[in-house]
Amino acid sequence: MTDEAAAPRGAGILRAIAQKRSTPPLAAAAAGGAVVPVERAPAPVPPAPVVIDVRNLSLTFMTNDGPVDALSGIDLSVHRGEFISLIGPSGCGKTTLLRVIADLEQPTAGSISVNGVTPEEARRNRGYGYVFQAAALYPWRNVARNVALPLEIMGIDKAERDRRVAENLAHVNLTGFERKFPWQLSGGMQQRVSIARALAVEPDLLLMDEPFGALDEIVRDRLNQQLLELWAKTGKTVIFVTHSLPEAVFLSTRIVVMTPRPGKVHDVITSDLPRERDLDIRETPEFLKIAARVRDGLRAGHSYED
Amino acid sequence: MSRPSWQALLALVAVVAAVALPLADGRSTIFLVDDGLAGFLVVWTVGLAAIFAVWPAGREASIEALFIGAHAGAAYIYLFLPRFAAAAPAWTFGQRPADGSGPVGFGTFLADTAGFWGLFLAVWLLAWLLVTRLSLLRAGGRLGSLLLRILVPALFGIWLLFLWEVVTRALGVPPVLLPPPSAIGARIAASLPTLWADFRQTFLKAVIAGFAIGSGAGFLFALLVDRIPFLKRGLLPIGNLVSALPIIGIAPIMVMWFGFDWPSKAAVVAIMTFFPMLVNTLAGLDAADRIQRDLMRTYAASHGQTLFKLRLPAALPFIFNGLKINTTLALIGAIVAEFFGTPIVGMGFRISTEVGRMSIDMVWAEIAVAALAGSVFYGVMALIERACTFWHPSFRT
Repeated sequence: MTDEAAAPRGAGILRAIAQKRSTPPLAAAAAGGAVVPVERAPAPVPPAPVVIDVRNLSLTFMTNDGPVDALSGIDLSVHRGEFISLIGPSGCGKTTLLRVIADLEQPTAGSISVNGVTPEEARRNRGYGYVFQAAALYPWRNVARNVALPLEIMGIDKAERDRRVAENLAHVNLTGFERKFPWQLSGGMQQRVSIARALAVEPDLLLMDEPFGALDEIVRDRLNQQLLELWAKTGKTVIFVTHSLPEAVFLSTRIVVMTPRPGKVHDVITSDLPRERDLDIRETPEFLKIAARVRDGLRAGHSYED
Repeated sequence: MSRPSWQALLALVAVVAAVALPLADGRSTIFLVDDGLAGFLVVWTVGLAAIFAVWPAGREASIEALFIGAHAGAAYIYLFLPRFAAAAPAWTFGQRPADGSGPVGFGTFLADTAGFWGLFLAVWLLAWLLVTRLSLLRAGGRLGSLLLRILVPALFGIWLLFLWEVVTRALGVPPVLLPPPSAIGARIAASLPTLWADFRQTFLKAVIAGFAIGSGAGFLFALLVDRIPFLKRGLLPIGNLVSALPIIGIAPIMVMWFGFDWPSKAAVVAIMTFFPMLVNTLAGLDAADRIQRDLMRTYAASHGQTLFKLRLPAALPFIFNGLKINTTLALIGAIVAEFFGTPIVGMGFRISTEVGRMSIDMVWAEIAVAALAGSVFYGVMALIERACTFWHPSFRT
């Protein structure tokens, strides 16, 4: 069982979407169907409500080699419907910041609110879906039961569980794989199952920690495209950790460039690319301009190591 | 062309020796060719099987020939054993014969029975080749591969018993040292009611009860220790201490506490099985990945939900490890505990008393029952494990 087996289905959906895009009224309707305002560009439009508010946040790990400043003086506001990428070299604290938002790490200073409450309350309210670097599927559960796992924990009844499992597996083009076990799937398919599992919670906020880091370029491209479509369809807020520059620029409405030791926000770049994109956009001058600015930021973060 | 099989070539030489040399030349003389139709058939089936087997090509044909040749030869040797004992020179396993005739040395004995050992060697080499080639065979279909999986170890076991039988009887090993398997088999057949009563007393009562109590307690204690960190510090070392208690020391004390009957044996078994289960379960509860736990945390799952949906399933391979170790420990514990006071029934009781009466075949009969019971117990546990941990990398299909 490989990704290639699912390719024709995925390609079909991509084609359908491409056709949709060629007719402006339909595309506008699709965007209008989402919760977000149609205008995404930075600017005079009153901004959507703030989902995550980080103020002067710091986190110091106490290790055997002494304290390590993972995060230092982070300020960040994320508005509803944004697609934010956190990018930076290893050790810049991007994953730590995401884990703080998810209440998987506790900050040592500063303040943070998620959905207007503390991260812990947000977690207890199941206010977000989290996609890890690895699929983290439970091997004793088949695909459908893996996707149903958070729903079982939330105490959602069987009929609704079945409905959401079917719906979200369809979102990631995995209909028909319900009875397979994780180890019978390729890495890309496993990661798609884990995305379906995060979506099944139906969170408004999606936290993704290098979800495609372990996948090959072609699979990654396809999943990036699917993720964008999903985001456009559902209007969720996404925070996406990556160390791939093209991935960050391709996906995001804003790119947060971070630098290591101590983990700091070096630059925040607002993308003026249209909300609807396909992979060809990566060859356009606008794309390259943003990519160049991000690369400058990454270089600056590395400069003192030379 | 592949190389000829050295086992088959050696078997050919051995067949020639078996024909040329006397099977036995002591009290009387017997040659294989003198033995009428039976001798004639054995020479040809064994000889032809060896010839067919020389070249590994044409494997299937040679497997059938090997099967017939090896087993025809084995049957002949087995049926010949009484006549061998009557005809062989007087070497009685290092002891002076009772009838006062001069004993011969081991070398003379071997030389005067060279034909017999030649045939035995030939037959054994053919069986070796048979098992080797069978295990290389790829069977088509599920049933075929299942049969093959059973056939190979079964053949191997039967041929080991055959070796044991021939060596003990042909060399006249005193039954007190090692009785032939046929004598043990006859003893088992003759003492079925006694063996059953012992099995029921020791296995069905003491082992099963002790295993359930010890493993169950170890499991629950592990859950408790895992939930309450203080216990990990305070009680785990004490559990360690209990595991180090010598069974020889606690068995008599358990008899004083719980009486002569099976409950005292079950108590010993419970003490022996407690710690392996505790340690394995604790290790298993830590087996879940950090990322899998983080996942549960992002769902705001309760301790119980995390336990039942993640940590216990992830712990299953470890738990079954503990259970499998405990199957053999439980049997050993129950049998040894019966050496220290027991009603007049039970496997350990029987072993200790029959040894005293020098009826070693009964001891072996009990050992055989214990081995069988232990293997089946372990096998059942392994089957349950397979069904429960089908997802584990070692079982995935």
